[in-house]
Amino acid sequence: MNQPLSDAVELPTTRPSGCPFDPPTELAALRPLVRMNFPDGHRGWLATGYATVRAVFADPRFSVRYELGHSPLADVGPMPPAPPGDMLGVDAPEHTRYRKLLAGKFTVRRMAKLTERIEAITADHLDTMARTGGPVDLIDAFAFPVPALTVCELLGVPAADRDTFRQYVAVVNDMNATTAERTAAYIAGEGYLRKLVATKRAEPTDDMLSDLTDTDLDDDELAGVGTLLLGAGLDTSANMIALGTFALLTHPDQLAELRARPELTDQTIEELMRYLSIVHTSSRTALTDVELDGQLIKAGETVALSVQAANRDPAKFDEPDIFDIRRSAVGHVGFGHGVHQCLGQQLARVEMRIALPALVNRFPTLRLAVPAADIPLRHDMDIYGVHRLPVTW
Amino acid sequence: MKIIVDRHRCIGAGMCVLLAPAVFDQDAVDGKVRLLDPAPPPGALASTREAEQVCPSGAISVVADGDS
Repeated sequence: MNQPLSDAVELPTTRPSGCPFDPPTELAALRPLVRMNFPDGHRGWLATGYATVRAVFADPRFSVRYELGHSPLADVGPMPPAPPGDMLGVDAPEHTRYRKLLAGKFTVRRMAKLTERIEAITADHLDTMARTGGPVDLIDAFAFPVPALTVCELLGVPAADRDTFRQYVAVVNDMNATTAERTAAYIAGEGYLRKLVATKRAEPTDDMLSDLTDTDLDDDELAGVGTLLLGAGLDTSANMIALGTFALLTHPDQLAELRARPELTDQTIEELMRYLSIVHTSSRTALTDVELDGQLIKAGETVALSVQAANRDPAKFDEPDIFDIRRSAVGHVGFGHGVHQCLGQQLARVEMRIALPALVNRFPTLRLAVPAADIPLRHDMDIYGVHRLPVTW
Repeated sequence: MKIIVDRHRCIGAGMCVLLAPAVFDQDAVDGKVRLLDPAPPPGALASTREAEQVCPSGAISVVADGDS
Protein backbone atom coordinates (compact mmCIF):
# COMPACT_ATOMS: atom_id res chain seq x y z
CA MET A 1 0.00 0.00 0.00
CA ASN A 2 1.18 3.52 -0.75
CA GLN A 3 2.22 5.78 2.09
CA PRO A 4 -0.34 8.57 2.56
CA LEU A 5 0.88 11.81 1.01
CA SER A 6 1.58 14.41 3.65
CA ASP A 7 0.38 17.21 1.38
CA ALA A 8 -2.85 15.38 0.63
CA VAL A 9 -6.23 15.72 2.33
CA GLU A 10 -8.87 13.23 3.31
CA LEU A 11 -12.35 13.82 1.94
CA PRO A 12 -14.15 16.16 4.34
CA THR A 13 -17.52 14.60 5.16
CA THR A 14 -18.81 16.41 8.25
CA ARG A 15 -21.39 19.05 7.48
CA PRO A 16 -21.36 22.21 9.60
CA SER A 17 -23.43 21.82 12.75
CA GLY A 18 -26.97 23.13 12.36
CA CYS A 19 -26.61 23.50 8.57
CA PRO A 20 -28.03 20.27 7.14
CA PHE A 21 -28.03 21.58 3.56
CA ASP A 22 -24.45 22.84 3.46
CA PRO A 23 -21.41 20.86 2.30
CA PRO A 24 -18.53 20.36 4.74
CA THR A 25 -16.98 23.81 5.28
CA GLU A 26 -13.42 22.62 4.52
CA LEU A 27 -14.29 21.85 0.89
CA ALA A 28 -14.35 25.54 -0.05
CA ALA A 29 -10.65 25.95 0.77
CA LEU A 30 -9.69 23.02 -1.46
CA ARG A 31 -10.81 24.39 -4.83
CA PRO A 32 -10.24 23.56 -7.50
CA LEU A 33 -8.09 20.39 -7.29
CA VAL A 34 -5.94 18.87 -4.53
CA ARG A 35 -4.28 15.54 -3.78
CA MET A 36 -6.42 13.22 -1.73
CA ASN A 37 -5.69 10.13 0.36
CA PHE A 38 -8.50 7.66 -0.32
CA PRO A 39 -9.94 5.47 2.46
CA ASP A 40 -8.32 2.36 0.93
CA GLY A 41 -4.88 4.01 0.86
CA HIS A 42 -4.96 5.05 -2.79
CA ARG A 43 -3.28 8.37 -3.54
CA GLY A 44 -5.57 10.23 -5.87
CA TRP A 45 -7.22 13.61 -6.27
CA LEU A 46 -10.15 15.63 -5.08
CA ALA A 47 -11.84 18.01 -7.54
CA THR A 48 -14.03 20.67 -5.99
CA GLY A 49 -14.09 23.53 -8.52
CA TYR A 50 -17.13 23.73 -10.79
CA ALA A 51 -15.11 23.95 -14.01
CA THR A 52 -12.76 21.16 -12.92
CA VAL A 53 -15.51 18.76 -11.88
CA ARG A 54 -17.39 19.46 -15.11
CA ALA A 55 -14.22 18.95 -17.18
CA VAL A 56 -13.54 15.54 -15.63
CA PHE A 57 -17.16 14.44 -16.06
CA ALA A 58 -16.95 15.34 -19.78
CA ASP A 59 -13.49 13.92 -20.54
CA PRO A 60 -13.39 10.44 -22.14
CA ARG A 61 -9.82 10.01 -20.84
CA PHE A 62 -11.46 9.41 -17.45
CA SER A 63 -13.22 6.09 -16.93
CA VAL A 64 -16.24 5.10 -14.84
CA ARG A 65 -15.21 1.42 -14.70
CA TYR A 66 -15.61 0.21 -11.12
CA GLU A 67 -12.68 -2.20 -11.30
CA LEU A 68 -10.25 0.63 -12.12
CA GLY A 69 -11.46 2.96 -9.40
CA HIS A 70 -11.21 3.57 -5.67
CA SER A 71 -14.18 4.66 -3.61
CA PRO A 72 -13.74 8.16 -2.19
CA LEU A 73 -16.29 7.41 0.55
CA ALA A 74 -15.21 4.17 2.19
CA ASP A 75 -12.63 1.40 2.04
CA VAL A 76 -14.65 -1.12 0.07
CA GLY A 77 -11.68 -3.12 -1.20
CA PRO A 78 -11.22 -4.03 -4.85
CA MET A 79 -14.41 -3.53 -6.82
CA PRO A 80 -15.68 -6.04 -9.38
CA PRO A 81 -16.47 -4.91 -12.93
CA ALA A 82 -20.01 -3.72 -13.63
CA PRO A 83 -22.49 -6.59 -14.03
CA PRO A 84 -24.32 -6.86 -17.38
CA GLY A 85 -26.75 -3.99 -17.88
CA ASP A 86 -25.13 -1.67 -15.33
CA MET A 87 -24.34 1.20 -17.68
CA LEU A 88 -23.06 3.37 -14.80
CA GLY A 89 -19.90 1.28 -14.65
CA VAL A 90 -18.89 0.95 -18.31
CA ASP A 91 -17.33 3.34 -20.83
CA ALA A 92 -17.90 3.68 -24.57
CA PRO A 93 -18.67 1.68 -26.62
CA GLU A 94 -20.56 -0.56 -24.14
CA HIS A 95 -22.14 2.46 -22.46
CA THR A 96 -23.08 3.99 -25.81
CA ARG A 97 -25.03 0.90 -26.76
CA TYR A 98 -27.15 0.97 -23.59
CA ARG A 99 -27.65 4.71 -23.68
CA LYS A 100 -28.80 4.56 -27.31
CA LEU A 101 -31.44 1.97 -26.46
CA LEU A 102 -32.73 3.90 -23.46
CA ALA A 103 -32.44 7.61 -24.31
CA GLY A 104 -35.50 7.55 -26.55
CA LYS A 105 -37.58 6.21 -23.70
CA PHE A 106 -36.72 9.12 -21.36
CA THR A 107 -37.16 12.14 -23.65
CA VAL A 108 -38.62 15.43 -22.44
CA ARG A 109 -41.74 14.75 -24.49
CA ARG A 110 -42.28 11.21 -23.21
CA MET A 111 -41.79 12.24 -19.61
CA ALA A 112 -44.20 15.16 -20.02
CA LYS A 113 -46.83 12.63 -21.11
CA LEU A 114 -46.69 11.13 -17.63
CA THR A 115 -47.84 14.44 -16.12
CA GLU A 116 -51.50 13.53 -15.76
CA ARG A 117 -50.76 10.18 -14.17
CA ILE A 118 -48.21 11.65 -11.72
CA GLU A 119 -50.70 14.38 -10.80
CA ALA A 120 -53.28 11.69 -10.02
CA ILE A 121 -50.82 9.67 -7.89
CA THR A 122 -49.80 12.87 -6.09
CA ALA A 123 -53.40 13.93 -5.40
CA ASP A 124 -54.24 10.47 -4.16
CA HIS A 125 -51.45 10.53 -1.56
CA LEU A 126 -52.27 14.08 -0.49
CA ASP A 127 -55.91 13.05 -0.01
CA THR A 128 -54.81 10.19 2.21
CA MET A 129 -52.60 12.54 4.24
CA ALA A 130 -55.50 14.96 4.64
CA ARG A 131 -57.80 12.15 5.78
CA THR A 132 -55.26 10.68 8.22
CA GLY A 133 -54.25 14.03 9.68
CA GLY A 134 -50.79 15.02 10.92
CA PRO A 135 -48.25 14.37 12.05
CA VAL A 136 -46.99 11.97 9.38
CA ASP A 137 -43.57 10.93 8.19
CA LEU A 138 -43.44 12.65 4.82
CA ILE A 139 -41.10 9.99 3.42
CA ASP A 140 -43.56 7.16 4.00
CA ALA A 141 -46.70 9.16 3.27
CA PHE A 142 -45.59 11.00 0.16
CA ALA A 143 -41.95 11.46 -0.84
CA PHE A 144 -41.21 7.77 -1.36
CA PRO A 145 -44.52 6.37 -2.69
CA VAL A 146 -45.15 9.03 -5.36
CA PRO A 147 -41.94 8.53 -7.38
CA ALA A 148 -41.91 4.82 -6.52
CA LEU A 149 -45.39 4.23 -7.94
CA THR A 150 -44.48 6.35 -10.96
CA VAL A 151 -41.33 4.41 -11.81
CA CYS A 152 -43.00 1.06 -11.08
CA GLU A 153 -45.83 1.87 -13.49
CA LEU A 154 -43.40 3.18 -16.10
CA LEU A 155 -41.24 0.05 -15.98
CA GLY A 156 -44.07 -2.39 -15.40
CA VAL A 157 -43.20 -3.46 -11.86
CA PRO A 158 -46.17 -4.58 -9.73
CA ALA A 159 -46.75 -1.87 -7.11
CA ALA A 160 -46.98 -4.50 -4.37
CA ASP A 161 -43.32 -5.42 -4.92
CA ARG A 162 -41.89 -1.96 -4.47
CA ASP A 163 -41.23 -2.25 -0.73
CA THR A 164 -39.27 -5.46 -1.18
CA PHE A 165 -37.10 -3.77 -3.75
CA ARG A 166 -36.78 -0.69 -1.52
CA GLN A 167 -34.97 -2.80 1.08
CA TYR A 168 -32.36 -3.88 -1.46
CA VAL A 169 -31.79 -0.28 -2.57
CA ALA A 170 -31.33 0.84 1.04
CA VAL A 171 -28.44 -1.63 1.49
CA VAL A 172 -26.84 -0.90 -1.91
CA ASN A 173 -26.67 2.83 -1.03
CA ASP A 174 -25.53 2.38 2.57
CA MET A 175 -21.95 3.60 2.96
CA ASN A 176 -21.54 1.52 6.13
CA ALA A 177 -22.54 -1.73 4.44
CA THR A 178 -19.69 -3.99 3.39
CA THR A 179 -19.02 -4.71 -0.26
CA ALA A 180 -20.29 -8.26 0.37
CA GLU A 181 -23.54 -6.94 1.84
CA ARG A 182 -24.02 -4.49 -0.99
CA THR A 183 -23.28 -7.15 -3.59
CA ALA A 184 -25.73 -9.56 -1.96
CA ALA A 185 -28.46 -6.89 -1.96
CA TYR A 186 -27.73 -6.10 -5.61
CA ILE A 187 -27.93 -9.77 -6.54
CA ALA A 188 -31.23 -10.15 -4.68
CA GLY A 189 -32.68 -7.12 -6.49
CA GLU A 190 -31.34 -8.35 -9.81
CA GLY A 191 -32.86 -11.79 -9.15
CA TYR A 192 -36.23 -10.15 -8.69
CA LEU A 193 -35.87 -8.27 -12.00
CA ARG A 194 -34.72 -11.45 -13.75
CA LYS A 195 -38.01 -13.17 -12.91
CA LEU A 196 -39.94 -10.11 -13.96
CA VAL A 197 -38.11 -9.96 -17.30
CA ALA A 198 -39.02 -13.60 -17.96
CA THR A 199 -42.66 -12.74 -17.29
CA LYS A 200 -42.51 -9.78 -19.69
CA ARG A 201 -40.92 -11.91 -22.42
CA ALA A 202 -43.70 -14.48 -22.07
CA GLU A 203 -46.52 -11.96 -21.77
CA PRO A 204 -45.52 -8.45 -22.82
CA THR A 205 -47.57 -5.64 -21.30
CA ASP A 206 -47.68 -1.92 -22.07
CA ASP A 207 -44.56 -0.78 -20.20
CA MET A 208 -40.86 -0.05 -20.63
CA LEU A 209 -39.49 -3.44 -19.57
CA SER A 210 -41.77 -5.19 -22.07
CA ASP A 211 -40.66 -2.71 -24.77
CA LEU A 212 -37.03 -3.50 -23.99
CA THR A 213 -37.59 -7.22 -24.57
CA ASP A 214 -37.85 -6.22 -28.24
CA THR A 215 -34.22 -5.01 -28.32
CA ASP A 216 -30.99 -6.97 -28.59
CA LEU A 217 -30.47 -6.89 -24.81
CA ASP A 218 -30.13 -10.43 -23.49
CA ASP A 219 -31.77 -11.59 -20.25
CA ASP A 220 -28.75 -10.75 -18.07
CA GLU A 221 -28.46 -7.27 -19.56
CA LEU A 222 -32.17 -6.61 -19.34
CA ALA A 223 -32.30 -7.67 -15.68
CA GLY A 224 -29.31 -5.38 -15.00
CA VAL A 225 -30.87 -2.43 -16.83
CA GLY A 226 -34.13 -2.97 -14.94
CA THR A 227 -32.30 -3.13 -11.61
CA LEU A 228 -30.49 0.10 -12.36
CA LEU A 229 -33.58 1.99 -13.55
CA LEU A 230 -35.73 0.85 -10.65
CA GLY A 231 -32.97 1.43 -8.08
CA ALA A 232 -32.11 4.85 -9.45
CA GLY A 233 -35.76 5.85 -9.68
CA LEU A 234 -36.63 4.97 -6.09
CA ASP A 235 -34.13 6.67 -3.85
CA THR A 236 -33.22 9.82 -5.74
CA SER A 237 -36.53 11.58 -6.36
CA ALA A 238 -37.79 10.53 -2.91
CA ASN A 239 -34.86 12.22 -1.23
CA MET A 240 -35.16 15.33 -3.39
CA ILE A 241 -38.85 15.68 -2.54
CA ALA A 242 -38.27 15.14 1.19
CA LEU A 243 -35.08 17.18 1.55
CA GLY A 244 -36.54 19.84 -0.78
CA THR A 245 -39.59 20.12 1.47
CA PHE A 246 -37.29 20.38 4.52
CA ALA A 247 -35.33 23.17 2.80
CA LEU A 248 -38.50 25.07 1.87
CA LEU A 249 -39.97 24.73 5.36
CA THR A 250 -36.82 26.16 6.90
CA HIS A 251 -36.69 29.03 4.34
CA PRO A 252 -40.21 30.43 4.80
CA ASP A 253 -39.56 33.47 2.58
CA GLN A 254 -38.66 31.15 -0.32
CA LEU A 255 -41.66 28.95 0.35
CA ALA A 256 -43.97 31.99 0.36
CA GLU A 257 -42.43 33.13 -2.93
CA LEU A 258 -43.01 29.73 -4.52
CA ARG A 259 -46.63 29.64 -3.37
CA ALA A 260 -47.22 33.17 -4.66
CA ARG A 261 -45.43 32.70 -7.98
CA PRO A 262 -46.04 29.24 -9.46
CA GLU A 263 -44.15 30.34 -12.58
CA LEU A 264 -40.98 29.97 -10.49
CA THR A 265 -41.56 26.22 -10.05
CA ASP A 266 -39.13 25.04 -12.73
CA GLN A 267 -36.28 27.19 -11.53
CA THR A 268 -37.04 26.26 -7.92
CA ILE A 269 -36.45 22.64 -8.87
CA GLU A 270 -33.11 23.50 -10.53
CA GLU A 271 -32.09 25.57 -7.51
CA LEU A 272 -32.98 22.71 -5.14
CA MET A 273 -30.89 20.35 -7.30
CA ARG A 274 -27.96 22.76 -7.04
CA TYR A 275 -28.35 23.73 -3.40
CA LEU A 276 -28.98 20.22 -2.07
CA SER A 277 -26.73 18.14 -4.40
CA ILE A 278 -28.01 14.88 -2.92
CA VAL A 279 -25.63 12.77 -5.06
CA HIS A 280 -22.82 14.58 -3.28
CA THR A 281 -19.68 12.78 -4.48
CA SER A 282 -18.76 10.93 -7.65
CA SER A 283 -15.46 9.74 -9.09
CA ARG A 284 -13.56 8.91 -12.27
CA THR A 285 -10.22 7.22 -12.93
CA ALA A 286 -7.63 8.44 -15.44
CA LEU A 287 -6.99 6.00 -18.31
CA THR A 288 -3.94 7.97 -19.39
CA ASP A 289 -1.87 10.87 -18.00
CA VAL A 290 -4.01 14.00 -18.04
CA GLU A 291 -3.02 17.57 -17.33
CA LEU A 292 -5.72 19.40 -15.43
CA ASP A 293 -5.56 22.83 -13.76
CA GLY A 294 -1.78 22.77 -14.16
CA GLN A 295 -1.42 19.44 -12.34
CA LEU A 296 -0.53 16.06 -13.79
CA ILE A 297 -3.02 13.31 -13.06
CA LYS A 298 -1.34 10.02 -13.81
CA ALA A 299 -2.97 7.03 -15.46
CA GLY A 300 -4.63 4.88 -12.82
CA GLU A 301 -5.25 7.70 -10.36
CA THR A 302 -8.82 8.23 -9.20
CA VAL A 303 -10.33 11.70 -8.97
CA ALA A 304 -13.08 12.20 -6.39
CA LEU A 305 -15.61 14.67 -7.80
CA SER A 306 -17.32 16.75 -5.15
CA VAL A 307 -20.63 17.59 -6.78
CA GLN A 308 -21.74 19.51 -3.72
CA ALA A 309 -18.60 21.69 -3.74
CA ALA A 310 -18.90 22.30 -7.50
CA ASN A 311 -22.49 23.42 -7.10
CA ARG A 312 -21.42 25.90 -4.39
CA ASP A 313 -18.50 27.35 -6.39
CA PRO A 314 -18.67 31.18 -6.29
CA ALA A 315 -16.87 31.26 -9.64
CA LYS A 316 -20.05 29.82 -11.19
CA PHE A 317 -22.91 30.85 -8.88
CA ASP A 318 -23.18 34.23 -7.10
CA GLU A 319 -23.56 33.85 -3.33
CA PRO A 320 -23.67 30.09 -3.77
CA ASP A 321 -24.55 29.31 -0.16
CA ILE A 322 -27.80 31.26 -0.40
CA PHE A 323 -30.88 29.24 -1.37
CA ASP A 324 -32.67 31.54 -3.79
CA ILE A 325 -35.46 30.30 -6.04
CA ARG A 326 -35.25 33.50 -8.11
CA ARG A 327 -31.82 32.60 -9.47
CA SER A 328 -31.15 30.53 -12.58
CA ALA A 329 -29.26 27.46 -11.41
CA VAL A 330 -29.11 26.04 -14.94
CA GLY A 331 -25.75 24.40 -15.53
CA HIS A 332 -25.55 22.82 -12.05
CA VAL A 333 -23.96 19.39 -11.99
CA GLY A 334 -26.59 17.83 -9.72
CA PHE A 335 -27.42 15.31 -12.44
CA GLY A 336 -23.75 14.95 -13.34
CA HIS A 337 -22.34 15.99 -16.70
CA GLY A 338 -20.87 14.28 -19.76
CA VAL A 339 -22.16 11.13 -21.41
CA HIS A 340 -23.19 9.55 -18.09
CA GLN A 341 -25.40 12.47 -17.08
CA CYS A 342 -28.55 11.14 -15.41
CA LEU A 343 -30.74 9.27 -17.90
CA GLY A 344 -33.84 9.80 -15.77
CA GLN A 345 -33.38 13.52 -15.19
CA GLN A 346 -36.45 14.55 -17.19
CA LEU A 347 -38.57 12.09 -15.23
CA ALA A 348 -37.17 13.46 -11.98
CA ARG A 349 -37.97 17.01 -13.07
CA VAL A 350 -41.59 16.15 -13.90
CA GLU A 351 -42.00 14.34 -10.56
CA MET A 352 -40.54 17.21 -8.55
CA ARG A 353 -42.36 19.96 -10.39
CA ILE A 354 -45.68 18.24 -9.75
CA ALA A 355 -45.13 16.88 -6.23
CA LEU A 356 -43.52 19.81 -4.42
CA PRO A 357 -45.99 22.60 -5.35
CA ALA A 358 -48.95 20.25 -4.88
CA LEU A 359 -47.80 19.42 -1.36
CA VAL A 360 -47.13 22.96 -0.18
CA ASN A 361 -50.32 24.33 -1.76
CA ARG A 362 -52.54 21.58 -0.44
CA PHE A 363 -51.37 22.24 3.14
CA PRO A 364 -50.87 26.00 3.60
CA THR A 365 -49.88 25.46 7.25
CA LEU A 366 -47.42 22.63 6.53
CA ARG A 367 -44.63 22.61 9.11
CA LEU A 368 -42.07 20.35 10.75
CA ALA A 369 -43.57 18.33 13.59
CA VAL A 370 -40.25 18.22 15.46
CA PRO A 371 -37.43 20.78 15.83
CA ALA A 372 -35.30 21.01 12.66
CA ALA A 373 -32.28 19.84 14.66
CA ASP A 374 -34.03 16.53 15.40
CA ILE A 375 -34.55 15.52 11.75
CA PRO A 376 -32.38 12.41 11.11
CA LEU A 377 -30.12 13.13 8.14
CA ARG A 378 -28.66 10.59 5.74
CA HIS A 379 -25.00 11.25 6.57
CA ASP A 380 -24.44 7.55 6.10
CA MET A 381 -25.76 7.17 2.55
CA ASP A 382 -24.39 7.70 -0.98
CA ILE A 383 -27.53 9.70 -1.62
CA TYR A 384 -28.10 12.44 0.93
CA GLY A 385 -31.49 13.31 2.36
CA VAL A 386 -33.50 12.59 5.47
CA HIS A 387 -34.31 9.23 7.00
CA ARG A 388 -37.63 10.59 8.26
CA LEU A 389 -39.40 13.93 7.96
CA PRO A 390 -42.18 14.30 10.53
CA VAL A 391 -44.55 17.04 9.35
CA THR A 392 -47.94 18.32 10.38
CA TRP A 393 -50.33 21.09 9.26
CA MET B 1 -27.07 32.83 -35.85
CA LYS B 2 -26.35 29.39 -37.18
CA ILE B 3 -26.62 26.16 -35.21
CA ILE B 4 -24.82 22.89 -35.77
CA VAL B 5 -25.77 19.71 -33.90
CA ASP B 6 -23.76 16.51 -33.73
CA ARG B 7 -26.14 13.57 -33.42
CA HIS B 8 -23.19 11.24 -33.05
CA ARG B 9 -22.12 12.95 -29.81
CA CYS B 10 -25.65 13.51 -28.51
CA ILE B 11 -26.73 11.35 -25.55
CA GLY B 12 -30.37 12.45 -25.47
CA ALA B 13 -30.30 14.21 -22.08
CA GLY B 14 -32.89 16.70 -23.32
CA MET B 15 -31.52 19.90 -21.79
CA CYS B 16 -31.70 21.74 -25.13
CA VAL B 17 -35.38 20.86 -25.49
CA LEU B 18 -36.08 22.21 -22.02
CA LEU B 19 -34.20 25.44 -22.60
CA ALA B 20 -35.00 26.21 -26.25
CA PRO B 21 -38.03 24.15 -27.33
CA ALA B 22 -38.56 26.23 -30.48
CA VAL B 23 -35.07 25.36 -31.71
CA PHE B 24 -34.48 21.76 -30.54
CA ASP B 25 -36.48 18.58 -30.25
CA GLN B 26 -35.60 14.96 -29.51
CA ASP B 27 -36.06 12.04 -31.86
CA ALA B 28 -38.90 9.85 -30.60
CA VAL B 29 -36.93 6.64 -31.18
CA ASP B 30 -33.36 7.29 -30.05
CA GLY B 31 -33.88 10.48 -28.03
CA LYS B 32 -31.18 12.30 -29.98
CA VAL B 33 -31.32 15.97 -30.87
CA ARG B 34 -33.35 17.19 -33.83
CA LEU B 35 -32.77 20.69 -35.03
CA LEU B 36 -36.12 22.39 -35.63
CA ASP B 37 -34.71 25.73 -36.66
CA PRO B 38 -31.10 25.92 -37.90
CA ALA B 39 -31.24 29.72 -38.08
CA PRO B 40 -33.45 30.95 -35.24
CA PRO B 41 -34.22 34.65 -34.73
CA PRO B 42 -31.93 36.84 -32.57
CA GLY B 43 -34.47 36.63 -29.73
CA ALA B 44 -33.61 32.95 -29.32
CA LEU B 45 -29.86 33.57 -29.02
CA ALA B 46 -29.66 33.57 -25.23
CA SER B 47 -31.55 30.32 -24.70
CA THR B 48 -29.76 28.63 -27.59
CA ARG B 49 -26.36 29.68 -26.20
CA GLU B 50 -27.43 28.34 -22.80
CA ALA B 51 -28.31 25.01 -24.41
CA GLU B 52 -24.88 24.94 -26.06
CA GLN B 53 -23.18 25.59 -22.71
CA VAL B 54 -25.04 23.03 -20.65
CA CYS B 55 -25.23 20.23 -23.22
CA PRO B 56 -23.57 17.35 -21.35
CA SER B 57 -21.95 15.86 -24.43
CA GLY B 58 -20.95 19.03 -26.28
CA ALA B 59 -23.21 18.20 -29.21
CA ILE B 60 -24.38 21.77 -29.95
CA SER B 61 -22.41 24.57 -31.60
CA VAL B 62 -23.82 28.05 -32.04
CA VAL B 63 -22.21 30.45 -34.47
CA ALA B 64 -23.62 33.93 -33.89
CA ASP B 65 -23.77 36.42 -36.75
CA GLY B 66 -20.52 38.34 -36.71
CA ASP B 67 -18.55 35.45 -35.17
CA SER B 68 -15.66 34.41 -37.32
